[in-house]
Amino acid sequence: MTKPSLKVEDLHVSIEEKEILKGFGIEVKGGEIHAIMGPNGTGKSTLASALMGHPKYEVTSGKASLNGEDLFEMEVDERARAGLFLAMQYPSEVSGVTNADFVRSAINANRDEGDEISLMKFIRRMDEKMKTLEMDESFQHRYLNEGFSGGEKKRNEILQLLMLEPKIAILDEIDSGLDIDALKVVAKGINSLKGDDFGCLIITHYQRLLNYITPDFVHVMMQGRIVKSGGPELAERLEAEGYDWIKEELGIEDETVGQE
Amino acid sequence: MTAETKFPVTQNDVASFSKDRQEPQWLTDLRVSSLEKVESLELPKPDKTNIAKWNFTPHQLEAKVEAAGNIEGLSDTVKGLIGENVQTLLAQNNGVTTFQKVDASLTEKGVIFTDIQTAVKEHSDLVQKYFMQDAVSANEHKLTALHAALMNGGTFIYVPKNVEVDVPLQAVYTQEGNFGLFNHVLIVAEANSSVTYIENYVTEGTPVEAVANIIAEVYVADGATVNFGAVDNLSTEVTTYVNRRAHVPGRDAKVYWALGQMNDGNTVSENTTYLVGEGSYGDTKTVAIGRGKQVQNFTTNIIHFGKNSDGQILKHGVMRDEATSIFNGVTKIEHGATKSNGEQTERVLMLSEKARGDANPILLIDEDDVTAGHAASVGKIDPLQMFYLMSRGISRHEAERLIIHGFLAPVVNELPIESVKEQLIEVIERKVD
Repeated sequence: MTKPSLKVEDLHVSIEEKEILKGFGIEVKGGEIHAIMGPNGTGKSTLASALMGHPKYEVTSGKASLNGEDLFEMEVDERARAGLFLAMQYPSEVSGVTNADFVRSAINANRDEGDEISLMKFIRRMDEKMKTLEMDESFQHRYLNEGFSGGEKKRNEILQLLMLEPKIAILDEIDSGLDIDALKVVAKGINSLKGDDFGCLIITHYQRLLNYITPDFVHVMMQGRIVKSGGPELAERLEAEGYDWIKEELGIEDETVGQE
Repeated sequence: MTAETKFPVTQNDVASFSKDRQEPQWLTDLRVSSLEKVESLELPKPDKTNIAKWNFTPHQLEAKVEAAGNIEGLSDTVKGLIGENVQTLLAQNNGVTTFQKVDASLTEKGVIFTDIQTAVKEHSDLVQKYFMQDAVSANEHKLTALHAALMNGGTFIYVPKNVEVDVPLQAVYTQEGNFGLFNHVLIVAEANSSVTYIENYVTEGTPVEAVANIIAEVYVADGATVNFGAVDNLSTEVTTYVNRRAHVPGRDAKVYWALGQMNDGNTVSENTTYLVGEGSYGDTKTVAIGRGKQVQNFTTNIIHFGKNSDGQILKHGVMRDEATSIFNGVTKIEHGATKSNGEQTERVLMLSEKARGDANPILLIDEDDVTAGHAASVGKIDPLQMFYLMSRGISRHEAERLIIHGFLAPVVNELPIESVKEQLIEVIERKVD
């Protein structure tokens, strides 16, 4: 089996006429963990949402492909079935739909008709993954994200990640709002997926998650594009010294989008 | 009444129909006097729906039904509604009882669960005491008068003092051909008794134009509890008037309604609870789905007379295609009903640009010392919810389905019987697919 790959080239994305991403490019392959870091307002979350197909974001130019298939030709659900996963920063609450029903529907959507997961197998798997994430059993029967705390929502996103086993996962600030114990648990979950058939793009503005998940590549995003890339040592330097040295090096005064 | 009878039905027709059924004189008299009033009385006026041009006149009143009398003889439609282990069941097709089973232990305790035709013969005084008395009057309007004159099916349930009926009593009413169904359900729960009743209305065979005129009356005495569940599923061709009311004179008496309003034809549905007793409680939960071009009006009233009475209304509706539905919720607190509480919520989910839905919460309060609240919303599916569900690989269609089920769940999950809940979910599935 060939390794999965997500390839993004010269991507431009606008929201309500305002351009946020300005020529973003990256390639994430199976077996690789990439971290995208950067201060607030530099377009990190826009990247995540646009790749998944969020209705508010408009791709104005550029290309993205998943295993060679044009991502922007696909509906949101087709992107997911092709193997893309986005752990969202602010997942929706859906009243009346239990977590278990939702996850089961999602698993079955990724399988052929007549090949649906058996209830017993599903329950066993859900129990196992919830144990890994130290989630209380009651979360299965609660309505999807309804009344969940910020941290519970994040764990629930990772639960879906573990249940669906996508080829490429984008984790959008999965670490924000998590205490150190929760962070360790979430990292353990993500690390359990590591392998040649799984690629991961972690979006964060703190280095601390990267203490538990070692990235192969670290990219710094400013003004809607990647301005610097390196290995794990780059993240460590950012943690120690902040972003100012990069701005200085590149002659950037204001790193946020909309400033040149 | 014979097959050839054209409307207007005459007083003689009504009297001889009553005689054929060996009804007591009081009922014959009520039928005849009600028929007299049909012409002069006006149609009801459900708020915001004009029904002046709807046809409520029956096409046909001869049942043409042969009762098999055994469970195997029931149609597949009915069998599909009653589950595996039938403990107590009354099945009627076009008002004629086709199957009846009552658990012997209930009969020993004095519980009556029988068709209305038998009840008026065998328990005439008891039926007369309640029939179209405090909950519904034959004189209210044209449709109640027509109902009293032409009643041709239904059920009587009587639960004696201190008897708790622990098995649900189920009735399945099928309507077939152009038969005009005038179904009457009368439930009397004496002091400190409790009972759960579930009814289904469904069209059998090839649907043709027909009318249904349905009235249910529930009387709840001191400390008694009645759970009333219904799934209405009459076909597109059937014009329905359905009025379910509870008169709750009992102190601390409770009535719970769980109504799945899944008719495909034009429907006027009223559901009213009179909380007369001190500390009485009324709770209405309804779900409705509109599709095609059907026009529907769902009005729920809870009227507080008793001190410390508590009324709760929760109505959820989904509108598809070019369907139009009005959801009226009326909480009325009369002067003297101090310390009462009335809450209501109406929510409508619109799935199509051409569908119309209105939610009208109305609070009418004539007493100072009360609490009341309402909430209403009419909206479309949240695009971010859709994005979220679809981002996990779920198709647009399936995502919509999940959201609709989720939207209706707060009501569906409250249905007191698992099999009926499943039935309703199946009907919803069919209607939203």
